[in-house]
Amino acid sequence: MTSILSIKDLRKTYDGGFEALRGATLDIREGEILALLGPNGAGKTTLISTVCGITKLTSGTVTVGGFDIQSEYRAARGLIGLVPQELTLEPFETVFNTVRLSRGLFGKRRNDALLEEVLKKLSLWDKRNAQIRELSGGMKRRVLIAKALSHEPRVLFLDEPTAGVDVELRKDMWEVVADLRDSGVTVILTTHYIEEAEAMADRIAVIAKGEILLVEDKDHLMQQMGQKELEVQLTDTLAAVPEALDSYDLRLGEGGKSLIYTYDTRAERTGITALLNDVAAAGLTLADVQTRQSSLEDIFVTLVNDARPQEAAQ
Amino acid sequence: MNWTAIAAIYRYEMARFFRTLAQSFLSPVISTSLYFVVFGAAIGSRIQEVEGVPYGAFIVPGLIMLTVMTQGMTNASFGIYFPKFMGTIYEILSAPVNFLEIVIGYVGAAATKALFIGVVILATSALFVDLTIAHPLAMVLFLVLTCVSFALMGFIIGIWARSFEQLQLIPLLVVTPLVFLGGSFYSISMLPPFWQTVTLFNPVVYLISGFRWAFFDQADVPVGLSLLAIAGFTALCLAIVGWIFRTGWRLRD
Repeated sequence: MTSILSIKDLRKTYDGGFEALRGATLDIREGEILALLGPNGAGKTTLISTVCGITKLTSGTVTVGGFDIQSEYRAARGLIGLVPQELTLEPFETVFNTVRLSRGLFGKRRNDALLEEVLKKLSLWDKRNAQIRELSGGMKRRVLIAKALSHEPRVLFLDEPTAGVDVELRKDMWEVVADLRDSGVTVILTTHYIEEAEAMADRIAVIAKGEILLVEDKDHLMQQMGQKELEVQLTDTLAAVPEALDSYDLRLGEGGKSLIYTYDTRAERTGITALLNDVAAAGLTLADVQTRQSSLEDIFVTLVNDARPQEAAQ
Repeated sequence: MNWTAIAAIYRYEMARFFRTLAQSFLSPVISTSLYFVVFGAAIGSRIQEVEGVPYGAFIVPGLIMLTVMTQGMTNASFGIYFPKFMGTIYEILSAPVNFLEIVIGYVGAAATKALFIGVVILATSALFVDLTIAHPLAMVLFLVLTCVSFALMGFIIGIWARSFEQLQLIPLLVVTPLVFLGGSFYSISMLPPFWQTVTLFNPVVYLISGFRWAFFDQADVPVGLSLLAIAGFTALCLAIVGWIFRTGWRLRD
């Protein structure tokens, strides 16, 4: 697949000396939903702001649809729609006017039929003449999306689209995003909710301390998540895994007081029954049994923690 | 040039104005009438004529200038400061527009509003005093240039300001005194010689004098100098705006 957005070694140092981006590199494929996952202060918003032209980059290159964001900013920005994190709207403006302004700002000819379609899709058509201050938070968020869609972008940035949104609305938002992807728009969304990345994304990029630590197909990550560990705690202390249990590929737990078995929860047979029978047959006495799931969160925490010592060393 | 974007900004800004058209229209009418009641009728009856012009008519150009300058400036400064304050500026910064287009949109709208109010005051004044305009074309030129240059200055203030207090600071502390002391309501020749010299350092004097010349064919300073002053002021504002454009000062981190 071709990449629609290409970020190479992007660095951003703010005037105060804070390094928000430290050589971020990321390629985004046309038509995908990419979740940019990272803790607060990881550089998610700075990355988006820089790509969109709100902040100036310190070094590195960014191209959108093959256009450089600095030398060909008009063509590049014309392809991008941005939904900011904060609900930034002028309270006394009407929904329709503010959406029409967005379309005009991006140099697109007036097309009220298209705006009607966008507003209807986002369930805002009834509110088109309402002042923005009259709307609920969820509606305001949708107005921001409508503004970004009004100029028919090929790439849409959603910065924390569900921050401060209740569960019901969050599900609605996921549907909106899925619809967008179906219509051919490439979606990049930032989030610090792992479940959101799981629910929506095709690929997941993890960002921490201004660097992209990992970009992976979600399915591949989920596979890792599908692994579960069963820890069989024993009353005896073992020096090694008994020969009779060799076929199970077990690890010895801490202090030799347990056996650890890794299995795939989605496999037809997990092999737990046979294992437990064989453990008993080998003459071992079970003290307790525990299972653990390695989650995306574990992977995430490990990655982010690994990034920290690096920083200390710098 | 992204003319669609310029038109979009211009129309959006003007829509704000038209929403409150009654206020926009009424407030200059009322304030002008008040000035005429106080200066024209109450005080003006004791002042005979200024350089052959009845006092009521004499103050009209100054009154228009006073309002047009402050309106142009506050409209433009508010117009660009408000999106900064609300955060909606993100959209303008991320749009495929250059700074010149942003300036034309905002300053154009602010200048149009100021011009509209200037015309309203002129029309209201005609109800109170007999007005003849000696050089109509020059009058329009001075009026438009003043609207544009002060809107440009307001735009710069709006970009510079980090709070509503700062937004008020320059109009209140610098421009209003300069306008009042710039001969809006008197001829410079009425001042003692020392203050006449001091006054010549006030740039607003040249604008009001030129504008008054367009009405009554008489001026405190040569009209060429007035034109030079307004052109110079416009050029200075444009230069500052150009610098902001290049550096992204107070707009882009």
